[in-house]
Amino acid sequence: MSDIIQKVKNLSIGFKSKKGEEILILKNISTKIKKGETVGIVGESGSGKSTLALAMMGYVKHGLYTIGGECEFNSSNLLNMKSKDLEKIRGRKIAMIPQNAGQALTPNLKIGYQIDEALQLHSDLNEKEREKKISELLNKVRLPSPETIALRYPHELSGGQQQRVAVAMALAGTPDLLLLDEPTTGLDVTTQAHVLELLNFIAKDTGTSMVYVSHDLGAIAQVSDRIIVMYSGEIVLEGPSRDILKRPIHPYTHGLLKSIPKLSLAGLPESMPGSQPQPGIIQSGCSFFDRCNFSEDKCKNNSPQLEFLKELNTSVRCFNYEKLLKESQVNQNVNKIKNNSKDKEILNLSEVSISYAKQKLLDQIFNRISDDNPTVKDININIKKGETIALVGESGSGKSTILKSIAGLIRTKDGLIRFDENRNLSSDLKERNPNDLRIIQLIFQNPDESLNPNHTVEEIIAQPLKLYFGLKGEELNKNIIDLLQKVRLGEFYMSRYPRQLSGGEKQRVAVARAFAAKPDIILCDEVTSALDVSVQAAVLNLLQQLKEDFGTTYIFVSHDLAVVRAISDRVAVLYQGRLCEVGPSNDVYKFPSHPYTEVLLGAVLEPDPDIKPKLVAEDIVEEKPPEKGCSFQGRCSRIVGDICKKEIPPWQLTDSGNAIRCHIPIKELQKKQF
Amino acid sequence: MLFLIIKRILLGFITLFIVSLITFVGTEILPGDACTTYLERQAFGEQLEACYRRLGLNVPAYERYVSWAVNAIQGDFGYSLSGEMPIKEVLGPRIKNSLVLASAAIFIGIPIALILGIVTALWRDKLPDVAISTVTIFAMTIPEFISATLLILIIAIWLEWLPGIVIVPTDVSFLELLPNIVLPVIAIAMIMTAHMARMVRSSVIQVMASEYVQMAILKGVPYWKMVFKHVLPNALLPAINVVALTIAWLLGGVVVTEVVFNYPGLGRLVIESISNRDLPTVQALAIILASIYVSINLLADLMTLMLNPRLKTLQIRK
Repeated sequence: MSDIIQKVKNLSIGFKSKKGEEILILKNISTKIKKGETVGIVGESGSGKSTLALAMMGYVKHGLYTIGGECEFNSSNLLNMKSKDLEKIRGRKIAMIPQNAGQALTPNLKIGYQIDEALQLHSDLNEKEREKKISELLNKVRLPSPETIALRYPHELSGGQQQRVAVAMALAGTPDLLLLDEPTTGLDVTTQAHVLELLNFIAKDTGTSMVYVSHDLGAIAQVSDRIIVMYSGEIVLEGPSRDILKRPIHPYTHGLLKSIPKLSLAGLPESMPGSQPQPGIIQSGCSFFDRCNFSEDKCKNNSPQLEFLKELNTSVRCFNYEKLLKESQVNQNVNKIKNNSKDKEILNLSEVSISYAKQKLLDQIFNRISDDNPTVKDININIKKGETIALVGESGSGKSTILKSIAGLIRTKDGLIRFDENRNLSSDLKERNPNDLRIIQLIFQNPDESLNPNHTVEEIIAQPLKLYFGLKGEELNKNIIDLLQKVRLGEFYMSRYPRQLSGGEKQRVAVARAFAAKPDIILCDEVTSALDVSVQAAVLNLLQQLKEDFGTTYIFVSHDLAVVRAISDRVAVLYQGRLCEVGPSNDVYKFPSHPYTEVLLGAVLEPDPDIKPKLVAEDIVEEKPPEKGCSFQGRCSRIVGDICKKEIPPWQLTDSGNAIRCHIPIKELQKKQF
Repeated sequence: MLFLIIKRILLGFITLFIVSLITFVGTEILPGDACTTYLERQAFGEQLEACYRRLGLNVPAYERYVSWAVNAIQGDFGYSLSGEMPIKEVLGPRIKNSLVLASAAIFIGIPIALILGIVTALWRDKLPDVAISTVTIFAMTIPEFISATLLILIIAIWLEWLPGIVIVPTDVSFLELLPNIVLPVIAIAMIMTAHMARMVRSSVIQVMASEYVQMAILKGVPYWKMVFKHVLPNALLPAINVVALTIAWLLGGVVVTEVVFNYPGLGRLVIESISNRDLPTVQALAIILASIYVSINLLADLMTLMLNPRLKTLQIRK
């Protein structure tokens, strides 16, 4: 018994609805965390995973309350403990690493103080020793020059650095159990891989138990020994990490793994129908019933219990797990995407530069932008009709900036943006005529913010139809219904407000609104990042279908390289606003050739415990592009000499039409580094 | 940082210049002028000419503006019409009286507002919050002329504890004035405190719900330490600007209260000089009130800048 550190027993947490009904967020959860093990809790948003992690610290959010059950730590129940006693456990025995360190660090207190506070509370060190310890901790999380970092305020650090500070703060009390709530969500791929590697190292080094909460199976796969899969407030599957990822015996996990795009597979993964039921909707049968491919009649009316299978050391909540046992592995079927691109060029960016520099008085008078080192520089891309081109890169790579300038939201500093070979779109929004505006439409990352909450779906979709085509009455109505059907939403959605829709449905409305203008080009800015994995695949499939039907061209921006792999025909890799590599996605992904592309692809986390990320370059954050030479010189591991620092590298072409900008000869580049 | 302060001060002067222009032009456009108002029915012929010469109204408007502005900068606003005494001397005691009233209200009101705001936020939805919030909302919604009249009725007339209206001369000493200002201060402080307490409450509640406060709790920081270190500094920062506006409002003369209590402050002077068509005094008052608003807001912005590390570094980097 002594090897168990945290025991959750029949835990139910919920809230009272306005009608006074008790609505459950967690339903009768029981599990145990052993000493020294790392447990991953995975689930979609709303599955109750964060509530469970917080309960393990005896914390229940404002508005929620414990309905029954216990969270036992060292055989005392945290959920009915006095706050005095809890203060001695929190931070000292159990520590939390939050999702968004940028918001979890108090803005008016210096980094050093915030770590010192934990040390003061949870150790007996005197001031001198504490000061030394702060440096040690910051060193341990691999932050450069700890002494100066300690004197900074949280907002002066980058996202990755803030996350490391949060780790250092959690380690200050030398806890026995670390709870991590989505600790790498919101970080760049490369930073994410580095932080995960650090966490793995700490787990081994200190023997701390960890509970790792995430929606990202890729991250969970890298760190956990055991995985708990949650769905709609229940544990549906719990077992050794490898078995769960390689042979999931619950239909939900099975479907989830199938719907995640992989780097090694070109094409769109199968999507899972439907979405997770809202809390409070009481179903008589299994909560996954209406999305399940393996369901039978009895699933509809009887809810399965969590069953422990001794031979597999796994618990599963499903009547039909045996059917899944027979399927030896997850066979991922992908719909290969057809390359619809015609030879005809639709959009041409030549020598485009964009600057965010503040205009000085003289420049304002002459209406010009003077900036020697603009945020985005020398962008040359030809986009063909009907193709999907993806722009990839870390945050700050200028990918969204380029989208904005195509849409006319920012004016370009230099260069030309030409539509259909002769129409100049370099000017900004005010100077474009309505037709220029119609041909380019945007779909944003977060449908919660891009849809007006006070408009019904009907009004949202009607707007472009009225504006560009002057439709009215019956005809307008017909068009709206038509568009809704195209995005697989029924007519009855017309009277709904955005808040009455799920995340996936909202994004479908946003897609319908974009297509309402009958555009030639649609700019997709991280369109699936705010969606759950199971919904993401469905939206990607929808976009692909619409593109084939309408012959639209997509410019697709995403930080998720596997998603890009799934949907795009061509990829352009950007670093610090400069192009590194442009080519057909098959080639870019098969022979990663530019050193930066290698870094990006190496850092991708796959939901497979056998594929480890390769960390090539440091995850330094560069504030500004270098003035001279190659944009990637600061982080490149393959620098050939002074030439990289002085001269802008030339474009080199491979046989397959892949253009790479590097001083290293093509032959040399294509030799694999690993 | 220094550059920013200089820039802000310059902008303040520009604002004042514009205000002075507007008031000057405004009074020019109005039909009639100081002399016609002063002379009333005798405003014609020789007498009017003489008055114009005496007040210097016979030169072009821009010249008058320039000479007025030059004098105003030196603190000389010319002569008031009604009393025929220098405006400087009219203003002096009025400013002092308004300052006394305002500072009394500030010293009583602000600490109470902060305490009430914090208490209601920390005990949100519990008994202290419900009780205090009911009272503050009540105090906020009663217009000050009603609360002031009620105060006079109850405390001055029924109980006879304090004088109901101020009938002392404008230039009495502070101690003599003191019993007279108690009721006006209560009337002003009630409404001001209630407003500020609500503001502080919502600000504290917002910070209490933030992720960094949740993090501090999960770090094991004891409750009161968390409140003082993590919550209050962040919650009270936005309050500075509200406090500043309140102070400016107080100094600018709480017109209604001053009139009800017959209090000889700036607010009443505004009313008096407008109804007497005492244009030079109105001009002087406009400039003085504008400079109070500008300087207090400037001070508040600078304070926010000093206290908020985020803004400070941003400015330095720029």
